[in-house]
Amino acid sequence: HSATSCFTGGEYGKKAKKKSAEVDGEGSAVEEKKMVKSELAVAFPPTFSVSEIKNKQRRHFMFMKLKQEKRKQKMQLRKKRRKEREALGDKAPPKEVPKTIENQRVYDETTVDPEDEEIAFDEGTDEFSAYFNGLTNPKVLITTSDRPRGRTVRFCEQLATVIPNAHVYYRRGLALKRIIPQCVARNFTYLMVINEDRQVPNGMVLCHLPNGPTAHFKVSSVRLRKEMKRRGKNPTEHYPEVILNNFTTRLGHTIGRLFAALFPQEPHFVGRQVATFHNQRDFIFFRFHRYIFKNEKKVGIQELGPRFTLKLRSLQKGTFDSKYGEYEWVMKRHEMEACRRKFQL
Amino acid sequence: MQHDDVIWDIIGNTQFCSFKVKTKSQNFCRNEYNITGLCNRSSCPLANSQYATIREEKGQCFLYMKVIERAAFPARMWEKVKLSKNYEKALEQIDENLIYWPRFIRHKCKQRFTKITQYLIRMRKLVLKRQRKLVPLSRKVETRERRKEEKALIAAQLDNAIEKELLERLKQGTYGDIYNFPVHAFDRALEQQDQESESEEEEEEEEDDEKDVGQREFVAEEEVEESDLSDFEDMNKLRTSSDEEEQDESSEEEDEEEMEVQTKASRSKGKSPANGSAARKKRAYVEIEYEQETEPASKSRAT
Repeated sequence: HSATSCFTGGEYGKKAKKKSAEVDGEGSAVEEKKMVKSELAVAFPPTFSVSEIKNKQRRHFMFMKLKQEKRKQKMQLRKKRRKEREALGDKAPPKEVPKTIENQRVYDETTVDPEDEEIAFDEGTDEFSAYFNGLTNPKVLITTSDRPRGRTVRFCEQLATVIPNAHVYYRRGLALKRIIPQCVARNFTYLMVINEDRQVPNGMVLCHLPNGPTAHFKVSSVRLRKEMKRRGKNPTEHYPEVILNNFTTRLGHTIGRLFAALFPQEPHFVGRQVATFHNQRDFIFFRFHRYIFKNEKKVGIQELGPRFTLKLRSLQKGTFDSKYGEYEWVMKRHEMEACRRKFQL
Repeated sequence: MQHDDVIWDIIGNTQFCSFKVKTKSQNFCRNEYNITGLCNRSSCPLANSQYATIREEKGQCFLYMKVIERAAFPARMWEKVKLSKNYEKALEQIDENLIYWPRFIRHKCKQRFTKITQYLIRMRKLVLKRQRKLVPLSRKVETRERRKEEKALIAAQLDNAIEKELLERLKQGTYGDIYNFPVHAFDRALEQQDQESESEEEEEEEEDDEKDVGQREFVAEEEVEESDLSDFEDMNKLRTSSDEEEQDESSEEEDEEEMEVQTKASRSKGKSPANGSAARKKRAYVEIEYEQETEPASKSRAT
């Protein structure tokens, strides 16, 4: 008796109830079980939780039962709903759309409205206007940080084949601020610096030259050409088309134009090559494909070229100047990544 | 009393010296006053009562000297002389201070001093060059970012997005005249013009199909058709009514389909169901032909 008194309430009480149910049940085992189940359904005090049972086996058993109950209820609910839908036929309410992060995205007030005049005016007069008005042709200088290793070097070479009119130069320990005036003198429009860490490229500084903004990205998941499965032949010299997806906010627009100005304005459709910058949840995925239209409803794409993902870290007005530059946007992790449904681009 | 040999016997070879670092090929001495850094009889500062070193402090070089007279006063044992910043003058200073000292110590002091000045110069040069800034990564943050990237990649459905975009561009005509299956621009134009009557067309076609079921049109175009028609005529005499109807339907439609196939008009919306049915019925037609060939034989045998 003293032993039982120790286990007041809690686990033992419930077990006792269960056992009593079993004892009180009818002769056949099945009915016994049913009795047990109904007893259980009724006899639980509302504060019961599976985690309070100390015995692991019993706890597991109760948990499994709980899960089964839930599943059954869910199935019943589903069946009911389906029956209702069928019964209503055409008048049935439209199917509910499941929630995704894109659906639930916090509305960003800097989202660009296509008809916004102010933005159109801004874009007509910003640093890229020269390119978009057809006055300059893109010329890209690709370089790395000091002493690049093989992977980075190969990545740079492949980038140079993907971007037309791109030149790779070895960085001999030169300071960026010294390179920039030289580039401007030689009519380069872009300076791209691939930063390397532990033999792998992990950062990119993209500087629009005459006096344009400098964007600093984090580079991840770099796949070189020979690591790609089912890839096509090497890209040709034709100018590729550019696809920019999902750059919705003002910042996204700026970045999108930054990428667009890398490539010449008149793509060679004969080449059938397309470079895609797809923004999803602030990650920009770069892909390079060759496409072919099988008929007007189907297109086949074959991946050539390297692939990588970028994440914007900072956008600075003016050319590269990390100390005294004016930063238009800087990634502040604690502020910006706190909300899972809020994105910047 | 200071017995160097005894000290060396103890710490050098046999017993323990806390400054000694043993490696496979060599022994090093970690004593900060050691001139060469190796554990030798002549380089050990504990086992030599007359000893000198060069040490560097914040870019300044000093000559340290130890003589046996001060062996009893550990606090004053090392005499510290500041060397000039000028390399030659400093060498002269060393010579001057270590005059009459053993050749080994003088030589090693000068060697050490040279090495120190060289590395100081290199340090100063490096500071002027660009420094690599090491940014510490937080493991948690990195794994989180990687996971987010994977999820974003899955959510992006890149291939679909790219294909859709390309098809959009094709529809809008950014590719101009390069691609010609935009099935015959005129058919498309027709489609675009008669968007209302597209459904009507479908209905019309179906009606046509059904209208022509009973009727027979004699179209003298293809030999195949004529033969088919004649075959069908024969068959109609032989077969039951239901079969005849089927054959008629299939023949008429087959004629129509054939004509249309020859002109290669594939109006997508109106035609696809019809095409499907035609394909099905074409197959049926093939079967009928086969039966056709055998049937007369059987019939003849029967009669």
